[in-house]
Amino acid sequence: MNLHKRYGETIAVDGVSFQVERNEIVGLLGPNGAGKTTIINMVLGILEPTAGTIHIEGVDIATHRGQALERTNFTAVYAPLPGNLTVYQNLRFFGLLYGVRNLAERIDEVLQQFDIARFRHTKCGVLSSGEQTRAGLAKAMLNQPHLLLLDEPTASLDPASARDIRAGICEFAGQEAVGVLWTSHNMVEVEKVCNRVLFLSHGKILLEGDPKTLPREYGKETLEDLFITVADEPLTLEGNGA
Amino acid sequence: MMRLSRIAAILLRQFYLIRGSPARLLPLFVWAGVDIVLWGFITRFLNAINPSGLNFIPTLLGAVLLWDFFTRVMYGVTTTFLEDVWSRNFLNLFATPLSISEYLGGLVISSIATSSIGLAVMLVLAIVAFGLSFFVYGLLLIPFLLVLFMSGIALGILACALVLRYGPAAEWFVWPIPAVLSPFAAVFYPLSTLPKWMQYFSYALPPSHVFESMRSILAGGSASGINLLWGLSLALLYILLAGWYFTRIYRHAIRTGLIARYSAETAS
Repeated sequence: MNLHKRYGETIAVDGVSFQVERNEIVGLLGPNGAGKTTIINMVLGILEPTAGTIHIEGVDIATHRGQALERTNFTAVYAPLPGNLTVYQNLRFFGLLYGVRNLAERIDEVLQQFDIARFRHTKCGVLSSGEQTRAGLAKAMLNQPHLLLLDEPTASLDPASARDIRAGICEFAGQEAVGVLWTSHNMVEVEKVCNRVLFLSHGKILLEGDPKTLPREYGKETLEDLFITVADEPLTLEGNGA
Repeated sequence: MMRLSRIAAILLRQFYLIRGSPARLLPLFVWAGVDIVLWGFITRFLNAINPSGLNFIPTLLGAVLLWDFFTRVMYGVTTTFLEDVWSRNFLNLFATPLSISEYLGGLVISSIATSSIGLAVMLVLAIVAFGLSFFVYGLLLIPFLLVLFMSGIALGILACALVLRYGPAAEWFVWPIPAVLSPFAAVFYPLSTLPKWMQYFSYALPPSHVFESMRSILAGGSASGINLLWGLSLALLYILLAGWYFTRIYRHAIRTGLIARYSAETAS
């Protein structure tokens, strides 16, 4: 709530407040440098806010970090699993860190779920981009998180792989009653999977709403048009809307 | 509260890496073994040309073995930490519920395992090939090893903190640290050999108290209990200070975003 992050004179996040409910997929959108990854890093506890608080299921991450992160997980294209371990070894390592019960069974489940059982004993470093993304997602869902953070999970994937990955995430989110915070630059994808979107610009939430209706509320044809306006002319949107 | 499963995770990861890579397995004992062989022959040669009959094996070879053990302990901690640097794993690692004390606990236990392998190889070589007998040190060998182990742990944690603070390139400061300290630690000569200003540093180094005690025993005297207790206390203090410093650097990295941006390109 009311998150701020400042690096010297640069304000990266400026008074952002939002909630992600269970069974909800929230898109965190905005141009490069808008503050999306900064927010995700703060929620993950690897970046301390300059001001503001973060509660995960009512637990303050600043004071009860371990407890808050036990049921949180993430995957990001810039944080691949260590390439010098096999998929199984990585899942076992992270499963122990997250305190996953019945770990062997859970590993089998996520390997099946993301169709990477055949890469069980393959080092992550030699997997293709799509396979690495699947392995990252398997890690992200290993502890059956209640809050899942996905930073551009389908970036660098071909359309068919991206579609499969999206389906896998949506299936998981539907089954496990998980809240998902999803960043993406693919507006078609966002419109398909997100129940709600937050548009960030210069560290502030500029717009919020249903991705299917939000563009029309601001006189735009598509979510992509709205995104471009947010990126190019954010001032024209401030205080407008239905 | 510390969770053993998280400490076990760090150990298991290191086990997987060592098992799957001869490049990681061999350094655990090869360099230590080479040192023992080299110094074993040097001491044998010195014994042959020395008319006084002084046996160099316990003084020189014993010192080499103990110093190598200290070095292996330090490298055991830093290498486990550097695996996370090399694989750019900080983001994944520190976004888990793992606490700093659990992480450091994992590094220390991992070091116990890896340095024990090195120590075992050195002992076998030194005893079997060169006739080094540890009976000459008596039970004091235990506090000797304990002080050196604790010093290695403290220095290893300090080195990890430096790499975390100054980026992956700071790894190259880490490897020469034992070599830089060795003249001050008076491994091969009495502390009195050093100029006065160097002796002040030496007194602050726990290993120097071990080597002074070792030489005192070999010269027919007895080790000073106060000296060893001082070494032990210093080593304990340094572990606490190193842990505090690492935690401080970690918090700095969390505050400044260094953890989130840590990679070869960004941190350097």
